[in-house]
Amino acid sequence: MTTSPPAKWGLRGLAFGYLGLLLLAPVGMIFYKTFEHGFGPPWEAMTSPEAIHAIQLTLLMVAAAVPLNTVFGVGCAILLVRRRSWTNRWIDAIINLPFAISPIVIGLALYLLYGNSGWFGPTLAEWGFQVLFSWPGMVLASIFVSLPFVVREVVPVLQEIGTEQEQAASTLGANGWQTFWRITLPAIRWGVAYGVVLTTARVLGEFGAVTIVSGSISGETETLPLYVAKAFEQFQEEAAYAGAIVLALLALTTLLLMSVGGRRAKSGGAPIPAGTEVPVAASTTKEGS
Amino acid sequence: MEAHPANLPPVSAAPRAGLRLPGVGTGLGRGLVVLYLSLMVLLPLAAVVDNSLSNGIEGFWNAVSDPRSTAALKLTVICSLIVVAINGFFGTVIAWVLVRDDFPGKGAVNALIDLPFALPTIVAGLTLLTLYGSESPIGLNVAFTRVAVVMALCFITLPFVVRAVQPLLMEMDREMEEASTSLGAGGFTTFRRIIFPNLLPGIVAGIMLAFARALGEYGSLILISGNIPFETEVSSVFIRSQIETGNEAGASAVSVVLLALSLLMLIGVSLFAGSGERGKKGLLRRTINRTISRSQVGGGV
Repeated sequence: MTTSPPAKWGLRGLAFGYLGLLLLAPVGMIFYKTFEHGFGPPWEAMTSPEAIHAIQLTLLMVAAAVPLNTVFGVGCAILLVRRRSWTNRWIDAIINLPFAISPIVIGLALYLLYGNSGWFGPTLAEWGFQVLFSWPGMVLASIFVSLPFVVREVVPVLQEIGTEQEQAASTLGANGWQTFWRITLPAIRWGVAYGVVLTTARVLGEFGAVTIVSGSISGETETLPLYVAKAFEQFQEEAAYAGAIVLALLALTTLLLMSVGGRRAKSGGAPIPAGTEVPVAASTTKEGS
Repeated sequence: MEAHPANLPPVSAAPRAGLRLPGVGTGLGRGLVVLYLSLMVLLPLAAVVDNSLSNGIEGFWNAVSDPRSTAALKLTVICSLIVVAINGFFGTVIAWVLVRDDFPGKGAVNALIDLPFALPTIVAGLTLLTLYGSESPIGLNVAFTRVAVVMALCFITLPFVVRAVQPLLMEMDREMEEASTSLGAGGFTTFRRIIFPNLLPGIVAGIMLAFARALGEYGSLILISGNIPFETEVSSVFIRSQIETGNEAGASAVSVVLLALSLLMLIGVSLFAGSGERGKKGLLRRTINRTISRSQVGGGV
């Protein structure tokens, strides 16, 4: 359909107007407010002991949740795609659950499990483990909210690469782990990397679930998003804006990585080095040469 | 055969593979996966459901029908409905402009659409406050009103409809439009009779996903909504305040309602998209899966 000029400009106006008012202007405004008085004040705010502790704790969350969910994600994706079982449907459905649940409900769930009157809380307390209002609880919350990403990104890649190369490897005498390290993992590496980026971004920004299980104790159980919220509520706007800018820049980086990854994914087999489209033919040619 | 994603077999129809990892092939791997999922996901959720029933079915019902929790649930559902209507319209317009129009900087605008997905929710709320809060430089202060709730939810669910409609619009057969125009139909008639029906599945899917997300939203609302009971308190904020005042059973009951609503939405979306892997249905399904995954980065449903 060829759009008439007035309709074209009308549609443009609606689209840009909405995006501008809702998205661009507010985001631009927060950058302006942060750097209104130069780089000094935000830098000072982000190098205060509390802010540095918040950043460190946020990084600890990433360091704990991302490797666990990556190993689980790759293993689980292989299980789902390469092994037939009646349990697959159930596993697949359960993996999507964290995507369907409000972060506040996730926080409540962990609270009920590990709190003083919870299912596990009293026993763990007896053994000397403090889960709630401490970092283990926050790690559990981070794992919960970011659990599906790696599985969701790796499953379609595994389906796409097929099994010919893996079968060829085992025919040639490779054992399971050799096949995994030399054939499967290199083929799915972009899917894994993409999943790791999404997992990391999610853990960095998680607020709702962590806010419930952490108790938000300044300098102790405060991640960067919690620090931003508390600073704003205590009228330390400069600190809040500075923290928000750090998180916003991380989000923009994620966005950049997302669009690069998206382009790679769109170009079909391109990110997967060993040709996915004609694997058998490719390996024959190699043998022939 | 071209290895287009449209030709992928569904998970359940996977072929027997050559990859046999020691451990993963036996029951051990499956056992580990099930154990991890149970410990991390299922057990905590079971605790919520169990707690919501700690005073029996009657207790559950009393907690849900308490005036303050009913008000919160009502506000959440009504605001979410308004928001998906707004984003259903603007999302379609934005998708149209991004696919059919051409202007400098289109790639950048297209990438920016995902910003609400990537931005941590607390930052999203703070961002809106700087422009539309008490210190608004344009003199527009909506903080602590229901307008603010709608605005924040519009912000965080903006990409859903855009991302669900875009691929359908790109794949759409232009010959149909041309045929319609050559048969004498005007621009609006062509849109109403040809284009809109083709985009509708994407719009509906986007709206359902956005609705599920809006229902549970928390982080972007706490700073801007003011959390006034009966006024601007949405369900997730209500749950938080009940936890803080020690009414865990009440918090759990409302949580179960929220959980049921968003699960219903997600099941609805997956039924709606069907299990088709080829053609239009397959395209919609892949688009939905992709959108769900992206939408989670900044901070959850």
